[in-house]
Formats: sequence, C-alpha cells, structure tokens
Amino acid sequence: MSSTDEAVRLHNAVVLLGSFPALAEASLVVKKGEIVLISGANGAGKTTLLRLCAGLVPLARGEASVLGFNLATQRKEAQAHVGMLGHANGLYLDLTAQENLQFWSAVVGASSREIALSAQRMGLNERLLNTPVAKMSAGQRRRTALAILVIRRASLWLLDEPHAGLDASGRDEIDNMLREAASAGATVIVASHELERAGALATRRIEVVGGAIVERGTQ
Amino acid sequence: MNRLHPFPSPLDTPTGTRASRGLGIVVLFGTVMLALLGLFFTGEDVVQGSTVRLMYIHVPTAWVAYLAFIVTAITSAMYMWGKQHSLTFDRIAGASAEVGVIFMGLCLVTGSLWGRITWGTYWQWDPRLTTTAFLFVTYVGYLAVRDLGGSHHQRAKRSGVIALLAVLEIPLVHFSVVLWRSLHQEASVLQPSGDVTMDGLMLFSLLFGVVVFTLLFTWMVLHRQRVLALADAIDDGGLEAALQERRNEVN
Amino acid sequence: MTQNSISTMSVARAIATKDLRIEWRSKVLVNQVLPFAGIVMVLFAFALDNDGILQRVAPGLVWLAVLFSSLIIVQRTFAIESADNALDAIKVAGVSSTGVFLGKSAALAVQLLFFECVLVMLSLVLYQVKLSWGGAVLLVTVSVLANVGIATMGALYGGLGAAAKGRETLLPLLLLPAVAPVLIAATRATESAFGVSGATLGEGWPWVALLAVFGALFGFGGTLAFGVLTEE
Repeated sequence: MSSTDEAVRLHNAVVLLGSFPALAEASLVVKKGEIVLISGANGAGKTTLLRLCAGLVPLARGEASVLGFNLATQRKEAQAHVGMLGHANGLYLDLTAQENLQFWSAVVGASSREIALSAQRMGLNERLLNTPVAKMSAGQRRRTALAILVIRRASLWLLDEPHAGLDASGRDEIDNMLREAASAGATVIVASHELERAGALATRRIEVVGGAIVERGTQ
Repeated sequence: MNRLHPFPSPLDTPTGTRASRGLGIVVLFGTVMLALLGLFFTGEDVVQGSTVRLMYIHVPTAWVAYLAFIVTAITSAMYMWGKQHSLTFDRIAGASAEVGVIFMGLCLVTGSLWGRITWGTYWQWDPRLTTTAFLFVTYVGYLAVRDLGGSHHQRAKRSGVIALLAVLEIPLVHFSVVLWRSLHQEASVLQPSGDVTMDGLMLFSLLFGVVVFTLLFTWMVLHRQRVLALADAIDDGGLEAALQERRNEVN
Repeated sequence: MTQNSISTMSVARAIATKDLRIEWRSKVLVNQVLPFAGIVMVLFAFALDNDGILQRVAPGLVWLAVLFSSLIIVQRTFAIESADNALDAIKVAGVSSTGVFLGKSAALAVQLLFFECVLVMLSLVLYQVKLSWGGAVLLVTVSVLANVGIATMGALYGGLGAAAKGRETLLPLLLLPAVAPVLIAATRATESAFGVSGATLGEGWPWVALLAVFGALFGFGGTLAFGVLTEE
C-alpha cells in the first residue's frame, strides 16, 4: 500500500515499447509537493517514465501507483488528477487558443473566470487568444498548452522538456508557474536536458539510465 | 505463469502430445476413408451426377468454418469475462479464427465450383453464400486486428471485442441479404435448389465427412494454439534478455 | 473532485461541438471531400452510361458515394486528434471514453447528413431521379437512422485505427463489411423514395426498421467496445 503523502510510487516497473523495455525495473518514490528533475540521455526512458505516471502506457511488470491509485486497476481515477505536457501540445490547430481553452473547460468543468485567469498567467493576451493555434509560434503554443494544464487543476504535473522552444520570458513564466503549483501542494516531475535552468527549480534530481532510476541528490 | 527461459526452442517443446498424435493419426485415416467414400464407394446423383461428390467436402468445410467462428466468439467471451483473463482462451480464439478462415475459403471455392456446374455460374447472390463471403472478410479483418501489435493482453482485448461485434454483425448481414433477395427474384437462370435425394451411404459419407473435418479442425487448432503459446513465450523470454541488456547499460 | 462530476453527456457535447467547429473553420470537408464525392457521382455516370440504368441504380450510387466519403470523413475526424496528439491529452485527462465515442459519433453523423443532402440533390440533377414530398420524408428518416449506424461503426473502427498508430489503413477492411446491412437497407428504402425499380413508397418503411435495429445494436455495442479498442 502506498501512503497518502506519496505522489508516485514505482516498484520494479517494466514498460515495453513493442518488445523493448523502455523502463527496466525502475523504482521511484516521489513525495507530494516535490519538484523532481529527471535527466538522462536520449532513449534512457525519461519520456516513458512520464507516460507511465500519466497512465498512457501499460505496466508490463512490477507495481506503479500514482496519488494512491494503483495504475493497473484504477488508472482513470489517477488520471483525473494528472496533467501531462509531452513533446506535442495536444492542441487543435484549427481552433484559436481561446477555443482550445473553452473545449477543455467544458471537458473538465472549469469556469470562464478560470480560463481568463490561466490565460493571463501564461501571458496569452486578447490578440493571441483569438489566433488560430496553427498560426502561433512554438512558444505560444506551449503557453496555451500550459494554460490548459492550469485549467485542469492537476495535482501531479508531468512535463517533458517544457522549456523547449520558449524565449527567456516564457521560460521564467514556466518556472514561476511550477514553483507556484508546487507551493500550492502539487507535485511536479520535469524531464529536461537543461540542467542549469531546471536544476535551480528542482528540489530533487534523479537520472534515468538504461530504463532504471539513479538518485542524484536533493537540494 | 509458465515463462520459458530464456529462449524456448520449438525442438525442446514440441507441439504434439501423445493424445494429439493419436488424434492426428485418426484424422489421417479418416481423411483417406472420406476420399474413398466420396470418390468411389458412393454413387452418382440422379440429377447432379458426379457433381454431388463435391458435397462431401463442401458441407464439412462450411460446418467447420461456422464452428470455428463460434469457438472464436465463445473463447473470446471466456477471455473477456473470465476472472483470470487467461491468454490461453485468446490463443484458442486466434487459432480457431485462422483455421476458420482457411476452411471458409475452401468452402467458397468448392461452393462456386459446384455452382458453376449446377447453376451455370460461379456466384449466386444467395443469402447463405453472401453471408459466408461477409463472414470471410470480417474474420480476415479480425486476424488483421490480432496483428496490430501491443501487449498480449491488448491483442486479446481488442480482437475479443472484434469477435463479439462480429457475432452481432453476421445475423444482421444475413437477415438483410435475405430481405434483399426476397424482393428481387431472378427468373433468368435455372435454379435447382441443390437438394439431392440421398441414399444411406451418401448420407453416411456426408456425416462421416463432418466428423472427420471436425476432428481435423480440433487437431489443427490444438497445434496452432500451442505454436501461438510458444511464440508468446518467446516474446516473454526475449523480455528477460532485453531487461538484462538494459541493466548492462547502467554499468 | 470537480472533474469526476462532468457527465458523459457534457463530454460528448464538448467533443461534438469542437469537431464541428473545426470542420466549419477548416472547410476541409467542403473543399476537399465533397468535391471527391461529387466526382465519384460523375464517374459513376461515365461508367454506367446507358439510358435508364443510371436512374434505376441512382439510390445505390448515392449510398456508395456516402460510404466512400465516410471512410475519408472518419479518417479526418481522427486526424485532427492525432495532428498535435490531442488524443493523448484526452486520455491523460481520464475523460470518459464513452463521452468521446458519443461525441465523435454525433459529429460524424451530422457531417454525413450534410453529405447525403448534397449527394441526393446531385443525383436529382445528374441521374434525373424524382423525389416527392413523401419520398423526401422517407429519405430524411432513412438518412438519419443510417447515419447512426455508419457514424458509430466509423467512430469505433476509426478510433481503433488511430490508437494503433500507423494502421489507419485497416479502417475500410473493418468498416465496409460491418455497414453492408446499412448499404442494403438504405439503398432499398431510397429506391422507394425515388420511386425507381417499381418500388412504392410503402415498401421503403420496413427497411427503416432494419436501419433502426442496426443503429440501436451498434450504438450500444460501440459504446461498450470503444474504451477497450482505443486504450493501451
């Protein structure tokens, strides 16, 4: 059983992509409120680790629970509290940022005030909100996707290279938001190559090597 | 779980057992008997002549084909609703569908050969024929879904759903084709019903064919299922090796 | 949590609205798929150039064009989900897959209805069939019910294709045999609506019942099956 102050508990978790064990007996415990930075070489299993926590890939062997929910049996329950920003932003390109936000607020039951607040927080002004996503820059799309995460009020945030494609102010904005989310009780797991920037943010660092997890210390 | 470690060789684990070898010999003997019965011992039909001999193959293949799909549906349901979600049921479902598709193909070929001689045409839009063709295509699709990849259980769940949907589909296809044909009778071609008056030996040969083909089906599914189990075991065994390889990356 | 209180129906409504808005915005269906359906109708006429034949087979041609178009529409409706991997975002959010299925099906059904209206009008012009008021009522009923069947099966198998990445080519193999009863029933009923092949209006209505049974069965079956087919 996982205790209630644990956001993530993996025990010898194996995840297969085809027949390749992207995660090979990974074990990890993340406490609530932590900001964990994951580093590791390409192909080490960072993305798969995040996707496992998001319930997007099935567990082949071992145990995994998120926010006290067993991923093998209570995936939907866990997912209601998990937000993930992967390599793709998950936006509808033909819709405007505003319409994307509205869609998500309808799906998760957020108010129009929450939409406005999260948009403001991510620096999406009136003009940007009414721009189709297809015409946005990479950074603007990322901000829109993050605004959706805010709307979703997730208590576990999984971010895969969130700084990629952002300008300096966008990066600062993300860092601030992650700190805020963590201080409000959310747990944040960030996979990033940019150790200096993300390292300053993190309360703990781990490295994924060959599909397993190696502790790199706390700060 | 009986995981074979690390790489099971088909030579170490043959798919035959004493029982299945015995069954194989019975089937072999039965098939020879059926050929003799069908080709030599039974007589010609009054109307159809020697064409009637096709029936000894055609009817058993049709029977086996439908039996195979019923087995697939039932074992799929047993996988889905069984407490254990046993992959054995899934593998039987898959093996049975593969054998069923082969027999349905044979059934369609023998049927159209018979039709060419009796009706003067290879194909008739007869409800039974049309439904059979649809069933064939539907299960080709089922086999394609089995081939989509993913974990064993994902394969089992997906294909199980397809098999159960097919159970809904086929009666509807049959019913709509019956309704469709009943409105459009074609008067042009002479259509003997295909029924023959059978003497005792003909009837016996037909039933004998059904029994032999059912045993043949059982034998094929048994072996195919064991081959599939070995293939799954090789996948799982490969996992151990792949895990070891990844562990080595750490050091 | 608030997220659990969102009903399946509101998810379905959000998905359907979003899909239709994207089509309205991008005009891909109108600018690309509809012309395809139109050219198919014209090609049918070239292939079957014979007095009287076109009129007689017009109902079948209309529904064939609908089915061919439906393959493209279904692929399109899942392409907008996979373009920026919104499908994953929806999965991560733990959104009710029944809601997604119903929303996708509803949007598909509306798009198909639009296609059917245009294709029927096209057949009035190209194939010189006639449509009475009674026939029009029958035709609308048939279209709506046929769409339930085509849309739910399309959403189901399209979702499977999208979940198994790179295997979208499976869609026609799975969808076309499954919707064959819809083609048969809708074509016969449309014959009655057009009054061709000696079919009277009254003969068309029994087919409506078959379409209703098909729609109900597969709407229900699809609702149960969608989650299993699309999840990892």
